[in-house]
Amino acid sequence: MKYVDEFRDPQLIRNVAGEIARSVDPNHEYRIMEVCGGHTHAIYRHGLQDVLPENLRLVHGPGCPVCVLPTGRVDDGLSIAEHPGVILTAFGDMMRVPGTRGTPLELKARGADIRMVYSPLDALRLAQNEPTKHVCFFAIGFETTAPSTALTLLRAKALGVRNFSIFCNHVTIVPAIRAILESPDMRLDGFIGPGHVSTVSGCRPYEFIARDYGKPVVVAGFEPLDLLEAILMVVRQLNAKEAKVENQYRRIVPWEGNMPALRAMSDVFELRPYFEWRGLGFISQSALKLLPAYAAWDAEVQFEIPGVRVTDPRAAQCGEVLKGVLRPPQCKLFGKECNPEHPVGALMVSSEGACAAYYRYVRYEDDAANAQPVTS
Amino acid sequence: MCLAIPGRIVAFDEEQPLLAKVDVAGIKRNINVGLLVDQPLAVGDWILIHVGFAMSKIEAEQAEDQLRMLKALGEDRLAMDEVRGYAFE
Ligand code: SF4
Repeated sequence: MKYVDEFRDPQLIRNVAGEIARSVDPNHEYRIMEVCGGHTHAIYRHGLQDVLPENLRLVHGPGCPVCVLPTGRVDDGLSIAEHPGVILTAFGDMMRVPGTRGTPLELKARGADIRMVYSPLDALRLAQNEPTKHVCFFAIGFETTAPSTALTLLRAKALGVRNFSIFCNHVTIVPAIRAILESPDMRLDGFIGPGHVSTVSGCRPYEFIARDYGKPVVVAGFEPLDLLEAILMVVRQLNAKEAKVENQYRRIVPWEGNMPALRAMSDVFELRPYFEWRGLGFISQSALKLLPAYAAWDAEVQFEIPGVRVTDPRAAQCGEVLKGVLRPPQCKLFGKECNPEHPVGALMVSSEGACAAYYRYVRYEDDAANAQPVTS
Repeated sequence: MCLAIPGRIVAFDEEQPLLAKVDVAGIKRNINVGLLVDQPLAVGDWILIHVGFAMSKIEAEQAEDQLRMLKALGEDRLAMDEVRGYAFE
């Protein structure tokens, strides 16, 4: 109970934690994956693992868009910045992700015109303000962010802004969950579904997890109590031998999702046949690209993209951490070669990344020494 | 980037109906409301903002929850920087 007491109603939290402890079967090892990086961050920040029974472990999933982008894709994006007259724009957390020749920030220091933006609309505005330059937006993110890119693109088209393009790296969460479920070294009992992604996609896309794989899914909010309630809901389903999709975050997430957002996405994007995810390899139909009608704004059409594939440094175990096979301190580089000042892998860059969250909140615990691989 | 920031609509842009002037803890910026076109929006409504776009309409109480959450995660300053950084109008 390190952090929880200071936040929200501690009595309520104790009640739910107590209820979870009473509900679990002491002879079973529970493994529940929180898919979303925002949940990982909240879990570590509030020390939630400390109030859970020892035989219930939260496994961190691949839901951090910066973390799942493979190094080759970072290099590809940076190659666009090397064209004369190009301004490459990206969100802040993207600026520190290492490619093979450095991070976007380091390339910028060496003279490339790379700028941080807070919204894709800022990148479009920059293109309007700099008509003699070409502004490319390095788009990343799950369903939470993809509709914003879509609307920005529709606006660029409506305004006739031609010196603007999108380097599209949007990914969708469901195929990644499927890949994890299909992975042979995986043993999960249930899922905490992502909160913000689900405001767009709704709850329906998770139904196959319950139906085809017999695993409960509970979409959750980000407060400690939200997460504990969601865990309790998963445990209750498991006890009742049920598997269904439930929505703990009803105050924000509509079951059917956000229709205008889904429409905007289908207006401008189509599914790629396959896309590489860091640590998960190539996953079919897991990412978005611009429809041919938007080729004039598609950086992959407008620029020669090398399409490099880069294998991660051997000692870096980002892939295992992303799949939930290893926990952050079990990576050989954790806290040594790889730390937030000098990240080797992207999981150490974004605050949503499991390694950064672990480093920030729990690294002083004697965890690494006791660490056991969590596969069974 | 995964932040969802609560703000209150204070005005609409007459010329650009998809933009709303939104107050986020005293900072006022234009926010794109194109993802909420199928919901009635009025001055005084609370919304959750993500990368310059309103993602959902929320209750005032949820907005407070969300702000407290950002503080608890030490991300309130980041959120303010983000809102201050929106340069599109
Ligand atoms: S510690 Fe660094 S190298 Fe190891 S898994 Fe985490 S981000 Fe990857």
